Amino acid sequence: MTTLAREMKASYAFVERNFYLTKRYWGWEVGWLVYALAGALSITLIGQDQGDQRLLISLLIGAVFWNYVSIVFSFIAETVAWERWEGTLEYTFMAPIRRYTQLVGSTFFAVVYGLIHTGFVLLVLTLFFGLDLSRADFVTAATFTLLGSLSLVGIGMMAAILPLLYVERGAQMTFVLQSLLLLFSGVYFRIEILPHWMQVVSSFSPGTYLLDGVRRGLMDGAPVTALLHDVWPLVVMAVILIPLGVWMFGRAERYAKRTGKLKRVG
Amino acid sequence: MALSLAPRPTVAEPPIRPSISPSHAVPALLIEHVTKRFVAGRKKKPVVAVNDVSLRIERGEVYGVLGANGGGKSTLIRLVSTLLTLDSGRVEVFGHDIERDEMAVKRMINRVSVDAAFFKKLSPAENLVYAARLYGLDAARARQEAIRILSRLGIKESRLTRPLEQMSRGMQQKVAIARSILTSPTLLLLDEPTTGLDPRSKLDVQSFIEELRDSHGATIVLTTHDLVEAERLCDRIGILNDGRLVVEGTADQLKEMVARDHGEDPTLQAVFMTYTGRSLDDDVEEESAEDDE
Repeated sequence: MTTLAREMKASYAFVERNFYLTKRYWGWEVGWLVYALAGALSITLIGQDQGDQRLLISLLIGAVFWNYVSIVFSFIAETVAWERWEGTLEYTFMAPIRRYTQLVGSTFFAVVYGLIHTGFVLLVLTLFFGLDLSRADFVTAATFTLLGSLSLVGIGMMAAILPLLYVERGAQMTFVLQSLLLLFSGVYFRIEILPHWMQVVSSFSPGTYLLDGVRRGLMDGAPVTALLHDVWPLVVMAVILIPLGVWMFGRAERYAKRTGKLKRVG
Repeated sequence: MALSLAPRPTVAEPPIRPSISPSHAVPALLIEHVTKRFVAGRKKKPVVAVNDVSLRIERGEVYGVLGANGGGKSTLIRLVSTLLTLDSGRVEVFGHDIERDEMAVKRMINRVSVDAAFFKKLSPAENLVYAARLYGLDAARARQEAIRILSRLGIKESRLTRPLEQMSRGMQQKVAIARSILTSPTLLLLDEPTTGLDPRSKLDVQSFIEELRDSHGATIVLTTHDLVEAERLCDRIGILNDGRLVVEGTADQLKEMVARDHGEDPTLQAVFMTYTGRSLDDDVEEESAEDDE
């Protein structure tokens, strides 16, 4: 068997395992869906209250994006945290697989699951508010979501390091990264209202370009070709952040092996 | 005769080896001057978990590692498992250096730890197929092989699809053993595989290890607190004390030595007490602290 085929098979192991786990925890999944819907509705109703349809859609997109990021991040962060809790982390790290194989499998499932989950939330909100999206360009929205996901996966891999390094509270520390994305990506407001230095920081967040692209696509019906200024930063970030995430995870693994942090806790 | 605490060997002493007959063949496991330290806090003094340990295990041998809790047994197993990096020294598995040729080593080894670590919501079948895929095995064949191994260990096929959390501790440990065998390791690391099991499960597991030794020629490193188990299963035994390998040999050689040199009863318990300087009861009481090694 070629190395690539073996690594792909191993990668699929993580997808299949996470699928089974999601199936077994279906009650939690329903609860999580209710939580996501309630949160997104609460935010979006601010736009309804203001009687501003454009604000409503903008908030809706922000809320849906936030839900997506939360799912992708929590799944990737749980790559380590869940295994540490179950005690399987050492077995996974003993297996003859490359670390990127594990990360690719886990993040692929996270992205697919996140897209399905978020798509459902978007559908319910659209129906709830009776939105007219006939002018929306869904190809643009999908393109930006997928491109942005690649960059977010890179950041997610870096976030997965935290539970590896900080045994007790590492998983919770990934919330810090999420909250920074929330602040600097213009999830619920325009970047332009931020102080200049914060706008500079925002230009390094993939969320900024992802949200701008999705909003322009859904609200203005802008095609991807009209938004190339948002496309190339996402491509560059993906090219940089994914290898960087894998490299950083490898360094963290080495540190964990040196200090004995792979051991089961809890 | 009342058992007494014997003086410990000084740390500078090399391990006592009554019978060393080095083979020229590539050993299954070669550990040379391995040391591993941990630092608990920023300003705390490093704890030496494994201290200049050297040993050689031949193909097809079952090597028992005995020692008190905190003696370095699990750390040694983790070092060979590639779960810890070496501070100094080197380890080779069938001639492959674990640092330079880590992936090749990983394909040759598997491990069973004292706690059966699984995704407990998943069934044994799902857990085993997941593990098999990580080692590049075909899922359907792995499932068939798992059924065969678990059947040998007394677990019916009908139990394979129920969540593992519904299984007893003993059954979970048997599934853990099946997982380790599934990948056909040439070196099997058993870290207290029978600790906490009921007598029936313990016997099942011990019989299975014997079968592996006798029929499959597997090389096994077994850490245990059960001296009867060690005597029954192991070709040779090494005793770790405070991270040092203080003595090694066959059970008979060790018993003979402790009787001759220390005037103790020729039992493995006397050997253990002589070279660890503590009673077996002390050790068992600290069982819960085992994983802190």
